[in-house]
Amino acid sequence: MVTDFFEYLSMDFAMRALIVGLLLSVCAALLGVCLVPKRYSMIGDGLSHVGFGALAAASALGTAPLAVALPVVIIASFLLLRLRENGKIKGDSAIAMISAGALAIGVMVVSLSGSNTDLDGYMFGSILAITKTDFAVAAVLFPLVIATFVLFYTQIFAVCYDENFARATGMKAGFYDMLLAFLVAVTIVIGMRMMGTLLISALIIFPSVSAMRVAKSYFATVVTAVATSVISFLLGMFMSFELSTPIGASIVVCNMAAFFIMSAIGFLRKGK
Amino acid sequence: MILKCENVSLSYDGKTVAENINFEIARGDYLCILGENGSGKTTLINALLGLKKPTGGKITYGEGVKAENIGYLPQKQSASVDFPACVREIVRTGFLGKRGFRPYYSKAERDRAEELIVKLGASEFAGKQLSELSGGQQKRALLVRALCATQDLLILDEPTAALDPIVTEELYEMTKKLNAEEGISVIMVSHDVSAATKFANRILHIKHEQLFFGNTEDYLKTELAKAYLGGHGIGH
Repeated sequence: MVTDFFEYLSMDFAMRALIVGLLLSVCAALLGVCLVPKRYSMIGDGLSHVGFGALAAASALGTAPLAVALPVVIIASFLLLRLRENGKIKGDSAIAMISAGALAIGVMVVSLSGSNTDLDGYMFGSILAITKTDFAVAAVLFPLVIATFVLFYTQIFAVCYDENFARATGMKAGFYDMLLAFLVAVTIVIGMRMMGTLLISALIIFPSVSAMRVAKSYFATVVTAVATSVISFLLGMFMSFELSTPIGASIVVCNMAAFFIMSAIGFLRKGK
Repeated sequence: MILKCENVSLSYDGKTVAENINFEIARGDYLCILGENGSGKTTLINALLGLKKPTGGKITYGEGVKAENIGYLPQKQSASVDFPACVREIVRTGFLGKRGFRPYYSKAERDRAEELIVKLGASEFAGKQLSELSGGQQKRALLVRALCATQDLLILDEPTAALDPIVTEELYEMTKKLNAEEGISVIMVSHDVSAATKFANRILHIKHEQLFFGNTEDYLKTELAKAYLGGHGIGH
């Protein structure tokens, strides 16, 4: 069955999915270790719903989906950070409102336009959804996200860890916040085509939560999260091929398994 | 001159919490800011750190005094203690203001961090997460972080809150040593009047406005100081 899987990978669309998926797994894990400890986990969820609304609108209007969704989600990402800073509406309600609102708008647009937009594909993802254009965009933007993260690793960590201290000691905290918002937006818009609106946030949250069970330092958390994410993706893709299950759900199931295994390891270690 | 406040007024949530603040500290000074809870001390600190804009007046820094050279020990840790990071990683972030957009740390900075970790007795828990440490150890770790940033000025906001008396005494001694031996100027917010008058050479007492600013000896002669030292606990 493994040989079959390799044969399957020799097909163009499967190879595209593999490459985009690997890059996405790394990006999502890297962003997760910034957002999750900062209690921003649900930002991914909110943004993917905004992305859904934008994609639905784009397809109803007949425009290029990414050209609409990318700027819309980047703006939403900035706004979510603003809302949190202003503090009039608390962060979690703000995200929930934007999330539900965008989803509703997306569904309205799809149903009013009477187009035969593949709602299922948007919600749960599809491996066939990765077109050559998506692939080209992902092949450029994902490595950019990874490179930015690696380059500004210490600064991003410091701002995520304690923004007030970072600001007080003269760091450009606002800049790194914006940078993070931008990276998250890019990762989500491109990633949701494959993982689906409902599952993309899982890809951001699970690997870092799992890594936090076992890692003692931030660096170890980052490395463990990336490894967990990549392995879960590969197993998930294999599972999806073998069982003919949707790829997004398969990857999340593998991430859940990883979480339970690592929680057990963390628990046993503490017990000693 | 390290910094100077002229007619500074501050507000919090739209309400004025302190006004007419006037003081100046010189290089090597040790200033204690006294006042009851809610008298505007932390708001003043945030203004000195540039985290908050004063609603009136002017704060000027001495030549060469930059945000990146000011160490800061917050009253409350704004990050959650269960953030997955070890003390060593947290401590080093004190250098980042100076590094600007340059990635990672230099060898000199990593060495300096280790030196401070040893100096402040934090080596045994340098590889641990804050959530595994006692309150005193957490404070010590964050003081090391502050010192990584410190070149001219160290600002401590109620550093001894929630510390036991022994650790409190240690922290006061440590601060005094830095001030006396390395010439680092110190601004400490406190409501421990006896410790403040023992260690600091300047006192600023505020209660929504400035009640006193000057030398510690002069402060001790005031009715204000006598009232607070005469058995009335301040703040509680």
